[in-house]
Amino acid sequence: MAGEKRKGLQLLDFWVSPFGQRCRIALDEKALPYEYLEQDLGNKSELLIRSNPVHKKIPVLVHDGRPVCESLIIVQYIDEAFSSSSSLLPSDPYARAQARFWADYIDKKVYDCGTRLWKTKGEPQQQARKEMVEILKTLEGALGDKPYFGGDEFGFVDVAFVPFTAWFLTYERFGEISVEKECPKLAAWAKRCGERESVKKNLSPPEKVYEFIATLKKKFGIE
Amino acid sequence: MGETVKVIGAFDSPFSHRAEVALRLKGVPYELLLEDLGNKSDLLLKHNPIHKKVPVLLHGDRTIPESLVIVEYVDEAFQGPPLLPADPFDRATARFWARFLDDKCSTPFWLSLWTEGEVQQGFMKEIKGNLKLLEGQLKGKRFFGGDTIGLVDIAASGFAHWLPLFEEVAGVTLATPEEFPDLCRWGKDYTSHDTVKQCLPDRATLLARFTAKKDMFVSTVKSMAPKS
Repeated sequence: MAGEKRKGLQLLDFWVSPFGQRCRIALDEKALPYEYLEQDLGNKSELLIRSNPVHKKIPVLVHDGRPVCESLIIVQYIDEAFSSSSSLLPSDPYARAQARFWADYIDKKVYDCGTRLWKTKGEPQQQARKEMVEILKTLEGALGDKPYFGGDEFGFVDVAFVPFTAWFLTYERFGEISVEKECPKLAAWAKRCGERESVKKNLSPPEKVYEFIATLKKKFGIE
Repeated sequence: MGETVKVIGAFDSPFSHRAEVALRLKGVPYELLLEDLGNKSDLLLKHNPIHKKVPVLLHGDRTIPESLVIVEYVDEAFQGPPLLPADPFDRATARFWARFLDDKCSTPFWLSLWTEGEVQQGFMKEIKGNLKLLEGQLKGKRFFGGDTIGLVDIAASGFAHWLPLFEEVAGVTLATPEEFPDLCRWGKDYTSHDTVKQCLPDRATLLARFTAKKDMFVSTVKSMAPKS
């Protein structure tokens, strides 16, 4: 087992994970063939535990037998290890810093707040609703009038945020937030990204995300 | 390049130190603007409206907040010895452990200092487990970065200089040389490094300041720790 080093790229992932989808989109943007390995998160495989012993989480990208963990680190790795194809990060250091800042902001804020939107009720849910609107408006401010976060080209921050657009419907139905109404530019950006092959192919259909969360809510006994 | 470089920082802050040490390792002169975090300046709020935190790097007309983003920016914008390895896989590994420090170590460390009883025991177990994982990354090297200081050393600097001080103020022992021989040895090597020494806040002053703030630290934790 120790000496076995599979060549090529494998992605350990879970179908609805926005973090996993970031990696799938990045791999497709770079036209990199890879083997997709769906993981059972209720019964984690030996491969997953061995590849990510610290966090035991997906996504994990395994490249020639060596694992890379954490979605944004994976996306940067893909960009740097396969630098001959089109870049996801800009070349200018300041533009790169800004991209990293916004990707970090998305990581710190969106998933946690989104989870509280569907997991809580009453006052905590109202608070989550308020926070999510603020987060979306902040991101819309960062986008400005540009077609993509990075400017004219689809890039790192777009990859970081676009999987969450599949969750807008869920935010709307459980959290009563209309992204279209609150952040029209962001909604337009989501539509624009949705026309890209890599995004079309890899985002979960919004109804499927909603069904998944509705099932989880029932399972946790949250009405 | 000749553009002015400034760091908006704070005397007590290990995150502020990260920005300073990165600049010094690259040989970049800068002006340090010290904040009173109890009374944040308009300058700080203007340059970091989103998080309102230190450090913030000002380079010409560019503004960069978030300490780890700053370190990577400094590595890429200035000449001098590299702070990250060249190989993409090694870079990914360095970024992983830098993030691990911020995501998995900061909070349980803080909570292990100021909580009590079983709750404290739980956090102590957690932080010690995570420090063990981190220590494993040294693998006989002088620094996490190898022979020279790199991103992970800079990210872990809080555990080199601030950890022993907080242990003393809180009356808690987290990392003894017996339990963490490599990490403690690294801590000494890091804090005695010629360049690092220049931007480490004075130990006695920090100790006095933290001792005076102890009650305040304990109260911050009451709102963070899970309700039992």
